[in-house]
Parts: sequence; C-alpha cells; structure tokens
Amino acid sequence: MSDFEPKIVVFLCNWCSYAGADLAGVSRYQYPTNIRAVRVMCSTRISAHIVLELFKEGADGVMVSGCHIGDCHYINGNLFTERRVKLAENLLKLAGVEPERLRLEWVSAAEGEKYSQVITSFVNKIKGLGPTPVLKDKKLVTRMAAAVDAAKYFRLKTLTSKEVKLTGKGNVYEEVIDPKEYDLLIERAIEDEYQKSLILTLSNHQARSVKELAKELGEPTDRTLDHVVTLRAMNMLALDHIDGTTPKYKAIAGGA
Amino acid sequence: MSDDEKRIGVFICHCGSNIAGFVDVPAVTEYVKTLPDVVFATRNLYTCADDGLTSIKESIKEHNLNRVVVAACTPRTHAPLFQGTCQEAGLNKYLFTFVNIRDQCSWVHMKEKEKATEKAKDLLRMGVARARLLQPQEEVKVGVTPSAVVIGGGIAGMSAALSIADQGFPVRIVEKESELGGFVRNLSSIYQERQDAGALLKTIIDRVRGNPNIELSLNSEVVSADGFVGNYDIVIDTKGQEKKDKVGVIVLATGTKEYIPKGLYGYGQSPNVVTLTEFERLVKEKKLPKMTSIAFIQCVGSRGQDKTYCSRICCNISVKNAMNLAENYKNMLGLEETGAVTEAAAPKEAPAEGGDRRRGRRGRRGGAEEGEEEASAGSKLEVVIFNRDIMAYGIDHELMYNKAREKKVRLVRYTPKNLPKVTVEGGKLVIDYWHDTLQMERKMNPDMIVLATPITSQADAKQISMMLKVPLGQDGFFLEAHVKLRPVDFATDGIFVCGTCKGPADIPEAVTQGTAAASRACIPLARGFVQPEALSAFIDSDVCSGCGTCIEVCPFSAIRKTEEGKAEVTIAACKGCGNCGATCPENAIFMNNYSDEQLLAEAKAALQEVKG
Repeated sequence: MSDFEPKIVVFLCNWCSYAGADLAGVSRYQYPTNIRAVRVMCSTRISAHIVLELFKEGADGVMVSGCHIGDCHYINGNLFTERRVKLAENLLKLAGVEPERLRLEWVSAAEGEKYSQVITSFVNKIKGLGPTPVLKDKKLVTRMAAAVDAAKYFRLKTLTSKEVKLTGKGNVYEEVIDPKEYDLLIERAIEDEYQKSLILTLSNHQARSVKELAKELGEPTDRTLDHVVTLRAMNMLALDHIDGTTPKYKAIAGGA
Repeated sequence: MSDDEKRIGVFICHCGSNIAGFVDVPAVTEYVKTLPDVVFATRNLYTCADDGLTSIKESIKEHNLNRVVVAACTPRTHAPLFQGTCQEAGLNKYLFTFVNIRDQCSWVHMKEKEKATEKAKDLLRMGVARARLLQPQEEVKVGVTPSAVVIGGGIAGMSAALSIADQGFPVRIVEKESELGGFVRNLSSIYQERQDAGALLKTIIDRVRGNPNIELSLNSEVVSADGFVGNYDIVIDTKGQEKKDKVGVIVLATGTKEYIPKGLYGYGQSPNVVTLTEFERLVKEKKLPKMTSIAFIQCVGSRGQDKTYCSRICCNISVKNAMNLAENYKNMLGLEETGAVTEAAAPKEAPAEGGDRRRGRRGRRGGAEEGEEEASAGSKLEVVIFNRDIMAYGIDHELMYNKAREKKVRLVRYTPKNLPKVTVEGGKLVIDYWHDTLQMERKMNPDMIVLATPITSQADAKQISMMLKVPLGQDGFFLEAHVKLRPVDFATDGIFVCGTCKGPADIPEAVTQGTAAASRACIPLARGFVQPEALSAFIDSDVCSGCGTCIEVCPFSAIRKTEEGKAEVTIAACKGCGNCGATCPENAIFMNNYSDEQLLAEAKAALQEVKG
C-alpha cells in the first residue's frame, strides 16, 4: 500500500510540544505531511473519549504529545495524560482496533529534531498498519461507539483521575496503593464498563436477548447476564418484550 | 444578523515566500471560500504588516465579520497581535483563531508543494470548524493587594526587594538564615578585578536595611501560600512562630548550594582537596596554607559526570582565583597589609578581620614560625587549571583568561575519557594526567587541589515547588514560563523567579534577574487589578455531584467546594489546563475556549476529504 496516505491527528500541548513543532519548522526539519495538529493548553486536556471519538470517525492514527514528565507547565498534568492515553489504549484493544495506532510522546520546546523524528516514525508505523479498519466494518463502528461511551462513564473517569494520587501520595489515610495492583483493578473495570457500554449500544435500537448479547461480547452468558442485571438495576436497560420464552432487553434512551 | 449567524473572514499570509514558496496560497484561498460560513477570504503578502492589519480591520467592518481566522506563522508569536487588531475593530479577541501554516506546514514540507497545499487546506478547514464554535469571552477584573514577598535574601532577592520597594510597594524578605547575603557570603572576591565580595554585599545589605518599604523576616520560611495573582495568603514560620500575611505577588530567589564531590578526585581524603567555594572561604578567612603549587580541576561532577548541565560560572571563578594567586599570592596569605584585597574592604571592619586572620592562620598552620612563612610565601607559585575547555563567556572574561595565560597560569586540557587521577599518598597529593598536546603521561604534586563543582538546587526546592505549584526542570532548578520570552516569570501568574534557584548565574546576572523579576512583579501591583485570560473552567452546578475529584487534580488549587457542596472555579486562579475538564466524572466541567465540542470539531475536520 505504497500510495496509502494516512490521516493522523496530533494533539500538542501549548508549552512544550507545540513549541517543539514550531522549532522543527524554524530549523527546517522535514517530515511527512500526514499529520494535522490541534493545539491544547496541556496534554492533560485530552480525555480518552476524545481520542476514541476520532478513531470512531476514521482516524488512521492519533498522537498525544506533551512536556516531559517533571517539566509540565501545569506541574503534573502529563501524569494524568499518561493514564488517559492508557485508558484509551485499553479500550481500543477491547474494541478490536490496533492500540499501536495511538501514541503518547513527550517533546520539549527544545526538541524540534525529535519532533520531526517522532512524526516520521509514527507516520511510517501507521503506513505499515494500513488504513484504519473502523470505517469498513460496521461492527467496529458499534464497538468504537461503546468504547467512547465507556471512556465518558464516571467509573472509568474517576479511576483514571485518582490513580496519580492513590498510587503516589496515597488516600486520606496515607495508604499508597501498589501501581501494579491499581493497573489490575483498572483493567478489570475497563473491561466491565466496555462490555456494559457495548450491551447498551447493541440494544439501543433493537431489543436483544442475553444469548445474542453474549455472542457479540464474546463472553459467557452468565457474565453477560450479570451485566444485564446491573444495567437494569441502574435503570439503563429495560425488558422490552418476551419473545417466546426469551426475554429481550432494550437500552433506556437517556437512561441514568 | 441573528446570534447564530456565523460570518467568518479568513486571512492567509504569504509571509513573503516563506509560505507562498511551498504552499499554493491562491489555491488554498479559493478552497477556503467554499467552506461553510466563510463570507470573506483573502491573502496578504504579510498579514502582520500594516496593510495586512488594516485589511483585517476594514474587512471586519465591511463584511460584518464575527469570526476571524488568520493562517500564517505561529500563534505563539503572532496571536496577540491579531487579537489586538480584532479588538480595535470591535471584535472580541476570543472570536479569533490562528492556523499555523508556516512553522508547522510550509517550513517542514519544503519539497512537496502539492501535499503541503493539501495539508494547508485541511488545516484551514479545521481552523474554520473551530472558529464556528468560538464564543466571545469576558475577562474578569480582580483586585490586587499591593505588596510583595521575596523568598530568599541573597543577592538576587535583595535586588528584587530593593527595586520593588523603590517603586513604592511594601515588600518583605523571608530569609531562612540568620543574616542576609546568601551564597555570596562564602566568596572572598569578585571577578574580574579583585573586589572584596564582603564590601559589595555590605553596600546592598545596608540599602536593604535602610529602606523603609522593606521588612525582614530572618530565620524564617514561607510554609504555605494559597490564592492567586494579586491575592496570596501566606504563612511565615519564624523559629516555630507562625505569622499570616497577605501579598499580591511572590518573588522566588531561594538560591543555590554547592555540589559536594563525594568520592571524586580525592575529595574527603585530604583537607587540601577543596571545592571552589571552600577555597573562596579559605581566602576570605585568610586561612590559605602556604604552598608552591596549586591545581584547579574544572567540570567536577558536572557536564555528564553526575549533573548533566554546565554550571557556567566556574570557569570564570577559577580563572579569577588563578589570576589572584599568580599576581597576589602574598596578599592572599595576609602577609602584606596594603594589598588590594584589604584595601577594598570597609575600613572600620579591618581590625576585626585582622584578628580573625591571625587566629585562622595559627589554627591551620599549627604554630609554624612566622618568619619562615614570610620567606617562602614570596616564592613563585605554580598554578594549573585542568579543564575540558575554558568557557570564559563575556568580553572581559575572555580578556582575563588571556591575561591569566600571560601570567603563566597553565591550562591543561583533559577529556572525559582521560580524567586526571588524584591520589593521596601519605598526606601528599599526586595528580597523574594525560597531556593531550604532548601525548604523554605526566605527574604533578600540588599542595592544594581545588575542585570546580557545579552549583545545584537547594534541598527544599521540591518542597517549595509543591507549595507554590511552580515547576522544577529536570536538573532540579525552577523552570521559567519560557526560556527566551518570559525568563523570570512562572507559568503561574503572580509568581516570579530570579537568581541561582533557576540555574547557574553570577552576581551581575543575579542582580539583572532580580530587578527584572521585580519589574515584572510590579505590573499587577501598579495596575491595581488583574485580568486573567478567559481560558478558565466552568462548572455546571446542576450536573456537579460534588465528588471533589476536580479539586484533587487541580494543580493551582483553583477549585473549591461551595457551601452547597458543589465545586466552584476561582476564575482568577485557573490557568485553563483542562485537567478538571478531562477528569470530571459527571462531565459537568466545560473549558472556555477549549471545549470538547470545539476540540472535536477541529480534529474531526481533519478527517474529512477535501471536496473539489
């Protein structure tokens, strides 16, 4: 696919990476034309759902670039960026899109050359992966929609945002959680929330049975049923009708 | 014209041939005219020149524009100019957006005009998509407490305090030591000529003590600081006693400490291996031992040996000391009372200094005969500077370096691969080194070795950084907002930085930075109000659940809980980083000027195909 020209969105923080990108220009370091940069004040601004939304819309790649750890102009915003990108990566993986299409980089205001190298290497990587599979596959669009919803959901947002504190300074009792333990915890939560979001997305317009949902999720029916029970309890899913002996569920529009 | 009707004007800059040479600007302009809500698009040879700016102003009036997009160099240098132009034409400056087609397009795709043109079209489509969603913003005015606190009473801090005081504002210096002066108190003389450091310090300390606008808190530390530019509540701890104060601005001048070269070049194994600062102290206290040769070793623990950076000032200090030794060694031992060093000292201090000197010399020499000392001190002293390369930056320093060579100060070069080796054998010092010019191993037996170690950040830098919410760089020094354009500001408004706490600096540089920081700090004080950029977060209290996660993540303590248990943003303290916006579990936080909607519209526009 030598004529494949990927579309890549790059988010640059105002203080380091955007300045680094400008420096690449001032120094005339050449790099491929495939990237389209969006400036934000801090890379921490980029929620996982923004990244995922772009993949849902057909981006071939997304990069988030901020100040080096310790150099953030907002003290520690980039620590949160790390967590948010990790969340987006995990959700991409679950939805079935190569997580390598998302990249996190630290580029300082002095690293014009590094910026051009990072961009060149990322564009080559995406060229190697080929065009995004999302737009060609309706199922993937549905899955990406579920990933976006999961990333917006309060449980994942809270867990992602609290990680810096809970694994650093600790909680109010100054108990510090082991980062590996936290990783496991958050990965489990991500899987849960993604599956629940997928159930809601799938049953949005069409009532579904637990069996159908389990098949789509690739999960055992008992686990799927657990999710269905939880979602019903949260008033997000309701019994629509009973087809023969099979109950079919539908998402509640604008549910809690 | 309804509120919803968007009338966007687009101005595309050729930047001479900087853009137009690599991007087909006429084609981009024609394309932009096809975009939704674009009612006017034009191109200028230089949009930032007078006629370019006039064309923006006239077009705003003529075409009734309510959004302006400029595609040109980079917003980092030119956005304020165009925003000002919009304002002059009566358009709120937040209705302006910048598209970077030079630094991040034409200059980085100089051999692919067609593709660069496609990219420029995409970037403009993104900019227009963003412009459509921009909203006018009002910048709030917040009052200011017209006073300052300077943390650190060294040369930089005192310079800052004096300047603030002279501009008519009350200022308090908080110094953790029991006296003013900071690091310079260690020094004997000041380059280039043999000036007494103590005398210089006394001049400035006297001015500080005599200034009615300056209050001193010695033996004190600032232990907490809350608030934002113009309105800081600080707590000062003086020997366990806490005192509250209100100030408008904070100047950080906490200074430096010397790197201790543990385990390097025999340091710690012999009292005659000393650091540059210890050497200065020996000279100052006239405790220098009698010797026939002395070696300086440069770049000890810096430039990759431990610290990565070059401490910059040590070359000049070593050359100064080498010169003093070559020219004035006898005086440095304190054997001649009329030497330049004592001449420069304040006369009334001379007797006390003399007493100290004699005590010191006896103490160190352990009862050596005075006569013997006098005789040998007059003999020739060999001075060698082992260096990787001498960086005598500045005109006078280069001259001094040349003069030192004339005075037969030997400069011996070493490479990081072939470091000089110091051994201590029975109390005697030996340096084995590779002479690069002669291409042979050499040996030297100096009586004293002076190690030029870098200055490093203070032990409490991290703590202060956390307290004031200002960043430290990778080397542990405080990090300014912009290394070139805002060298004494922090990204946080109202907090300024000067002197060696932000990196190696000599006295003139510390004074320059101190006065610079003072002049920056006086801007909000003199104006009487602050008007922060309207980038702040906005919390929808109907959606907010009061969970407090945003309060935890805010790096500037700009969010607090109201009595109703909802989160509320202190607009003047918010810098608009967006951490809370990305955090809020209820999606109740909206970022002014960087909303999800705006970011997504801009980014999604990148994914569309160019039509036509």
